[in-house]
Amino acid sequence: MELTNLETFPGKTIVRHLGLVQGSTVRSKHVGKDFMAGLKNFVGGELKGYTELLNESRNEAIARMVAQARAAGGNAVVNVRFSTSNIAAGAAEVMAYGTAVEIR
Amino acid sequence: MELLFQLGIISLLLLIGWSIGGATERRHFRSLVKREAQLRDILVFNERRPPQDQAFGQAALVMGSVVIGEDYFKRFAATLRSLFGGTLRMYESVMDRGRREAIVRMKAAARRQGATMVFNVRFETSSLSADAGQRSSVFSAEFIAYGTALKPR
Repeated sequence: MELTNLETFPGKTIVRHLGLVQGSTVRSKHVGKDFMAGLKNFVGGELKGYTELLNESRNEAIARMVAQARAAGGNAVVNVRFSTSNIAAGAAEVMAYGTAVEIR
Repeated sequence: MELLFQLGIISLLLLIGWSIGGATERRHFRSLVKREAQLRDILVFNERRPPQDQAFGQAALVMGSVVIGEDYFKRFAATLRSLFGGTLRMYESVMDRGRREAIVRMKAAARRQGATMVFNVRFETSSLSADAGQRSSVFSAEFIAYGTALKPR
């Protein structure tokens, strides 16, 4: 499965459009991590635990999107976009969406 | 007596935030400048289409992200500043650091793929502050930068 956020696939031609596919996941922070981040917040800087958590969530969202694209018979997703929203205290939704296509 | 004790704790936290937070920020800026220089040969564009007259090899989605938090001193200073409004300079540097870090990580991901250019770069920022309303809540922001890495043919 190939992913791009361009509208076309450089060097390949799109033979079929298979519609919008999306994947999302909602994760909350581990209490321990949250506590550590709270301590870290007195001194500022990167909160590595959160960076990792959101990266994992984003990979999960991408994997779900890819699964949808594959089910639709596609071999690539073009025009991929991401969005993150803070839906509840301590929980974030990460979403990935794009257009499933068949390229050759 | 209790008031004095509380004031003591607050000023200690302010001092810690100001000294360690400030040092962390300066170190981060120095490291950004160094890594930006190393990755200067990776070209980044926000154009939606790569030039049609050039042939490219494989395309791949690349991404860089970072979560950055403010320090206690910045929060205190920003709260005071918000009484009068105006530019919150202490937060501007946090945003700047976050966004540059995300770009650097995206470029590093492009280099790992063997790419030399990244097209259609998009940015996104989201706030991760937990427990709205709670004074001690953690304010932090996530920055992501993503685009399509292209290899020259």
